[in-house]
Amino acid sequence: MALPQNKIVRWIDHRLPVFSFLDHELNQYPTPKNLNYWWNFGSLAGIMLMIMIVTGIFLAMQYTPHVDYAFDSVERIMRDVNYGWLMRYIHMNGASFFFIITYIHIFRGLYYGSYKTPRELLWMLGVVILLLMMATAFMGYVLPWGQMSFWGATVITNLFSAFPGIGNDIVTWLWGGFAVGNPTLNRFYSLHYLLPFVIVGVVGLHLVALHQHGSNNPLGIDRKGPQDSIPFHPYYTIKDMFGLGVFLIVFALVVFYFPNLLSDPQNYIPANPMQTPPEIVPEWYFLPFYAILRSIPSKLIGVCAMFGSILVLFIVPWLDTSKVRSAYFRPIYKWVFWLLVIDCFVLGWVGAHRPEGWFVVIGRIGTIYYYLHFLVLLPFIGWFEQPLPLPPSISSPVLKKKGGGRVARAAAAREKP
Amino acid sequence: MTRRLLMPALVGSALLAASSGAWAQEADNPPLPKIDWSFTGPFGTFDRASLQRGFQVYNEVCSACHSMNLMSYRDLEGPAALGYSEDEVKAIAATKQVTDGPNDQGEMFQRPGRPADRFVAPFANEKAARAANGGALPPDLSVIIKAREGGPDYVHDILTGFRDAPAGFSMAQGMNYDVYFPGHQIAMPPPLTDNRVTFADGTPATIDQEARDVATFLTWASEPTMEERKRTGAKVIIFLLVMTGVLYGAKRRVWSDLHDKDNHGD
Repeated sequence: MALPQNKIVRWIDHRLPVFSFLDHELNQYPTPKNLNYWWNFGSLAGIMLMIMIVTGIFLAMQYTPHVDYAFDSVERIMRDVNYGWLMRYIHMNGASFFFIITYIHIFRGLYYGSYKTPRELLWMLGVVILLLMMATAFMGYVLPWGQMSFWGATVITNLFSAFPGIGNDIVTWLWGGFAVGNPTLNRFYSLHYLLPFVIVGVVGLHLVALHQHGSNNPLGIDRKGPQDSIPFHPYYTIKDMFGLGVFLIVFALVVFYFPNLLSDPQNYIPANPMQTPPEIVPEWYFLPFYAILRSIPSKLIGVCAMFGSILVLFIVPWLDTSKVRSAYFRPIYKWVFWLLVIDCFVLGWVGAHRPEGWFVVIGRIGTIYYYLHFLVLLPFIGWFEQPLPLPPSISSPVLKKKGGGRVARAAAAREKP
Repeated sequence: MTRRLLMPALVGSALLAASSGAWAQEADNPPLPKIDWSFTGPFGTFDRASLQRGFQVYNEVCSACHSMNLMSYRDLEGPAALGYSEDEVKAIAATKQVTDGPNDQGEMFQRPGRPADRFVAPFANEKAARAANGGALPPDLSVIIKAREGGPDYVHDILTGFRDAPAGFSMAQGMNYDVYFPGHQIAMPPPLTDNRVTFADGTPATIDQEARDVATFLTWASEPTMEERKRTGAKVIIFLLVMTGVLYGAKRRVWSDLHDKDNHGD
């Protein structure tokens, strides 16, 4: 894969090796040949981040971060700004889809053991991105200054008051006053504009870490030689493009035909500090964490459990003791993985309801199971589980599997894109 | 289709969240009757005659108490809006008295409205609105359809849901009984009656008709770009379908040599 012989290209590349870099990271970057469509979500998330930044910059040109004007300025974008409604609906629904993509990306990593050595830092950088995304999304939701914006901000910032001694001072410091008000809105706007670019930076590190050892793959075994690899370009560029097309169709259906499907009608009521809405619920992507928070009677422990539910992801590479990466070869973990997925949905469902009656019980069981999965099941299953025999290489998973070739061959065909 | 794709896997919990406001009142509130609106569905559009009648209901009835601060009279003009001509909008605006100023003497003054003016609000401020309505604040109607669970159905059903309070139901002073209002006690007296307005196109002005038309108008006002959004969406999705099909073909083509090699290697 030589560089083009164009003189100008060579002149530039000699001084600033952008062309060599792209050639190295795309044309020559070796990628496992057996990645399935679950591996599309990483690049999708990157593209979604770009979409959010571009639409966000245009929205920022028209938005007014002031408690008296914020709500009306958003509605002005919807009515009077050319294609403002499009920018706003893409941005608003884009946040939800960004989380859908990212959650799928995370669960893919959990299923195929993508966090295992030598990709621990790659995984941890991903958790940092998740935390930054959550902070950005939370502050972005405050900006339209509707009822849920205001009361969501009040509830979430108030969580910090749980810290003994200095809690109330922290909250006052976060607010920039003695209640959620104009200084709060202004700093959230400022940070909401800043953090996406911090995310871009961490995504850069995430990619550097990724390219160091290359992608994991559905079999979870290392590439043994050139027969296991294909260059990223054109094979995965075109596959990612096709996946992007499918995603954009789904995204466009929601943006153009159900733009308010994922949002709360309460947020079309201007913020009113004198009137609490009947129910304060966060956006759907925070509901499982909200359920964990409300499952625990003690505020301080609840807050710790909520943050802990994300922080525990940082140590997953060391909690999982299995020598085998992919759940494909882990008969027990495979089921436990799906139980975790179900548990997260259950917690999300509980988070949408008032903590009364059975919801409290289910929420507590769900919370306990969440921690049980990471702190107990993950280490213990790795110790006693008998993994299925691994294929010798990515190219020949069919040849030497116990019980003959047919099942494995079918399985390998399924795993292939 | 979208719902079928998304609901089971992704947004079930979000929908529950959205409906949790209604959850509290489910106990004794009947479900909102669903109306067959012309503007729902992927290709739904507004009936211009209904929009104009709805504006008439708002203008002659609702606007006595409810502001629409996000709307200007110019918004009503043109086929993409209510279908009024420039002169008709000027005439509508001119019937209003707008406070303008300060003038060269530093004083505020009254003048006839112009198309660029915002809808004139019935009260000077929230305190005045509450004072005139027994302490209750008539909400601004600019985005009311987006701000209520049930949207146009809710508005229509509230307007047609006034009944005598059932025996034994204790009503607070000055409140009215409405079947569909959360808690049933609403400060707004029944605003619509048969023939409350006279429609120029001869449509019989029943309570139901008036409620439908004003809900239609308010739906348009809550999102005047809705029809443009749906039209744009159809084009975008057709483009995306073609593009994705081409990309799928390209993907197959690019990967074909690889699959061939695989088969030989087997």
